[in-house]
Amino acid sequence: MSDATPSPAATELLRAHRFRLIELLPWVVAIAVYFLFPGYRLMATQILVLILFALSLDLIVGYAGIVSLGHAAFFGTGAYAAALLANAGWQEPLTAVAVGAAAAGVLGYVSGWVVLRTKELTLLMLTMALGIMLYELAKDMDEITGGFDGINFENSPILGLFAFDPLFFTSNYWYAFAFLLIGFLVVRLIVHAPFGQSLVGIRENDRRMHAIGTPVRQRRRHVYTIAATIAGIAGAIWVQVQGNITIAVYEFEMSGNILIMVILGGAGRLYGAFIGVIVFAILENMTETVLGTDPPYWELLLGVALVLTVLFAPKGLLGLFDPFVHRLRGKAP
Amino acid sequence: MQKVSTSLILAGTVALAGAAEAREYRVGFIAPKSGGAAQLGEALERGARLYIKLHQKDLGEHTVKLIVRDSKRPGGPFAKAAAQELIAREKVDILGGVVFSPNAMSIAPLATAGKVPFVVMNAGTSWITKLSPNIVRVSFTMWQAGFIMGEHAARALGCKTAISGYTNYPPGKDSAAAFKRGFEGSGGKVIDSIPMGGPRNAPDFTPFFQRVKDKRPNCFFVFVPGGNHAAAASKTYVALNMKAANIKFIGPGDLTHDLQLQSIGPAIAGTTIAVHYHADLRNNANDAYKKAFAVEYGAKAVPDFVSIGGYDGMAAVFAVIKAAKGGNITAEGALKTLKGWTHDSPRGKIMIDPTTRDIVQNIYIANVVNDNGILRHQTIKTIPGVKDKCKELGIGRCGK
Repeated sequence: MSDATPSPAATELLRAHRFRLIELLPWVVAIAVYFLFPGYRLMATQILVLILFALSLDLIVGYAGIVSLGHAAFFGTGAYAAALLANAGWQEPLTAVAVGAAAAGVLGYVSGWVVLRTKELTLLMLTMALGIMLYELAKDMDEITGGFDGINFENSPILGLFAFDPLFFTSNYWYAFAFLLIGFLVVRLIVHAPFGQSLVGIRENDRRMHAIGTPVRQRRRHVYTIAATIAGIAGAIWVQVQGNITIAVYEFEMSGNILIMVILGGAGRLYGAFIGVIVFAILENMTETVLGTDPPYWELLLGVALVLTVLFAPKGLLGLFDPFVHRLRGKAP
Repeated sequence: MQKVSTSLILAGTVALAGAAEAREYRVGFIAPKSGGAAQLGEALERGARLYIKLHQKDLGEHTVKLIVRDSKRPGGPFAKAAAQELIAREKVDILGGVVFSPNAMSIAPLATAGKVPFVVMNAGTSWITKLSPNIVRVSFTMWQAGFIMGEHAARALGCKTAISGYTNYPPGKDSAAAFKRGFEGSGGKVIDSIPMGGPRNAPDFTPFFQRVKDKRPNCFFVFVPGGNHAAAASKTYVALNMKAANIKFIGPGDLTHDLQLQSIGPAIAGTTIAVHYHADLRNNANDAYKKAFAVEYGAKAVPDFVSIGGYDGMAAVFAVIKAAKGGNITAEGALKTLKGWTHDSPRGKIMIDPTTRDIVQNIYIANVVNDNGILRHQTIKTIPGVKDKCKELGIGRCGK
C-alpha cells in the first residue's frame, strides 16, 4: 500500500481528526451569547465551565467506559485549592488554577489505584463514596473551608490586566471561554490519538485489548488522572469567576447532574457535553421564566426530557442527528 | 370612525401623562420555590405579597413589581446567577428575599458592585451583614434566640448544667454556640455538645438522647429544623422518659416552627423556647396580620416567623420607596432611610441597628401548651431590644 492511498479504515480515522467548518458553530454561539445576553452572563459563564467539567467526565465515561458518580470530588478539590489559596492571600488566579489542577490530578491518580481495580457497580459505589467523604470532610472543617455557608474571596486581575467583574462578568466570561477552548482542544487531541483509540478498545473489550498487549490498567489510570486534572481546572475556574465557594462543589448533585448532562447530550462524542450542559442548564434555569408557573416545574420538565432521551435517543440528543450525517456522507447508518 | 380614533389618541395621551408621574418600582425577590425548602420560600413570598396588597395604597400612584426567582438548592449556583440577571437584565431597584445564608453571602458582592440595596428577609448567619455595606437584615440572627435561651435557662429555669444537641449545619452550630455563651455567662455549665446528623433526613435520635440522659443535665437545649426532625426529637424525649429524669427540653423557635407545630404531636407540649415571633403573640399588629393572612390564604394557612420576615422586609422596601418620592432608588439613599428605621411589626417594635444594619427586636420566651388538642405557644416573658450577640460580643467572623 502506498502512502498516497491510505486504507479505508485509516481514512476514517484521519477524517475524524480533521477539523470541520461546523465545529466553529459552538464558539460562534458562545461569542454571540456574550454580546446578546449581558443579563444572563453569569449563567452563561457557569455553562462554559460546566461544559469543561462535562468534557472531562466524557473522557472517562464515554471513551474509557469508566462510569463515575463522584466526579465532583475532583471538581471540588480544584475549587477548594483555588479558593483557599485566594482566601489565604495568594490572589493570582492562573497559578491557583495550576495548583487546583495538580491537587485534583494527584487525587485522581491516587484514588485511581483503588477505584479502578473494580468495575461497573462496585466502581460506581467507590467513586460515589469518595465524593461523599470529601463533602463531609469539607463540611466538618468549616473553620477552614467555610462549610455550608461558604466563603467569598477575591482574585487579582488575570495576567495583571483583566480584573474579574463581579457584576457583568466580562473578563470572567472570556477567562472561562479561553480555558474551555484550550481544554476542548486537548481532549479532542487525546481522543483521536492512539491513546484515545486504545481507550475505546478497552471500553469495548478490555480482555481482548489486554491480549494484544495493551497495558489496560495503566491506560485506565492515566485517563482517570487526566480527567481528574481537567475537572480540577473546571472547579478552580468555577469558583474564581464567581468569587464564592460553598460545599455545593462537592455535593452529590454536582456529580449526578454532570453525568446526566453527558448522557443527555450523548456520551463519547465530545460535542455531546456541549449540547447536554446547555439543554440541562436552560431547562433548569429558564423554565420558571418561560412557563411562568408557580411553583416552577423545572424538575418535572427535566425528568420528562430525560425519560424521552432514554426512550427515543439512547445515544443522546446528538445521536439523533447520526442518520442524517451518515446519509450526507453517503453510507448506511 | 374619525371620532373614535381621536378619543383613542386622547386616552393614550392621558395614559402617557399619567405614566410619567407614576413609577413602577422593581423588587427582585429570591427564594426557594422548588425542592425541599419550597415551603419556606412560599411562606416568605406570602408575607411579602400580603404586605404589598395591604399597603399598596400608601405609595399613591407608584406601584411595586415583585420579580421572583427560584434559588433552588441552598448552596447551589442559582441564587447568584438569578441576582445577576435581576440586576443586569431586569434592572431591579432593590434586591430582597433569600432564605438560606449561603445564598445571601454569594449575592453580597453583586449588591455592592451593582449599588443595589439588599434586604435580607430570612437568612440568619450573623456576619452576612458585614459582607456588603448595602445589606440590611430584617429577619433575625441565630445568636439572638440562642443567647437569650441560655440566659433564661440559667436564671429563670434554674438549670446549673446543660447539654446542647444540634443538627450539624451553620444554624445549629450558631444556635448551640449562642446558647453556651448565654448560659455560661449567667453561671451555668454546658457539659456536652452533640452534633446530631445533617439537616436533610431526620436521624434516629435515641443514641444522642440516651447519652444526654446518662449525663443527667438540668436542661437539654435542642436545635433541630422544624418538621419531621422536631417530631422525631420530641417523640424520643418522651420515649426515653426524660421528663421524669428532670431534664428540661428547651430550644430556639425552630424547634416548634408554627408551620409544623401541629404535625409534631402533643409530645412537644411542655417545651420552652425562645423566638422572635410565634403565631400566638398577642398584639394589635399581629391580630390584624393573622386576620389578613387567613383572608388571603385561607383559614388553614398558618403565619410563621419566615412569613413575618417577608412581611417586614417588604415594609422596609416600602419605606425606601416612600423616601425616594418617585425618583430613583440609590444604595446610599436606601441605607440612609433604613439605618435606624423603626417599625411596628406583628412581632412587636423592631429597629434596624444604624451601625451593624442588623435587626434589633424582642425575643419571647414561650411554653408550648396543649390547648384541647391544639398546640399553642404561651408567651411567659418578653426581652425587648435584643441585638445580634455575635457582633455585639465580636465572636469569630462577626468580630473581624
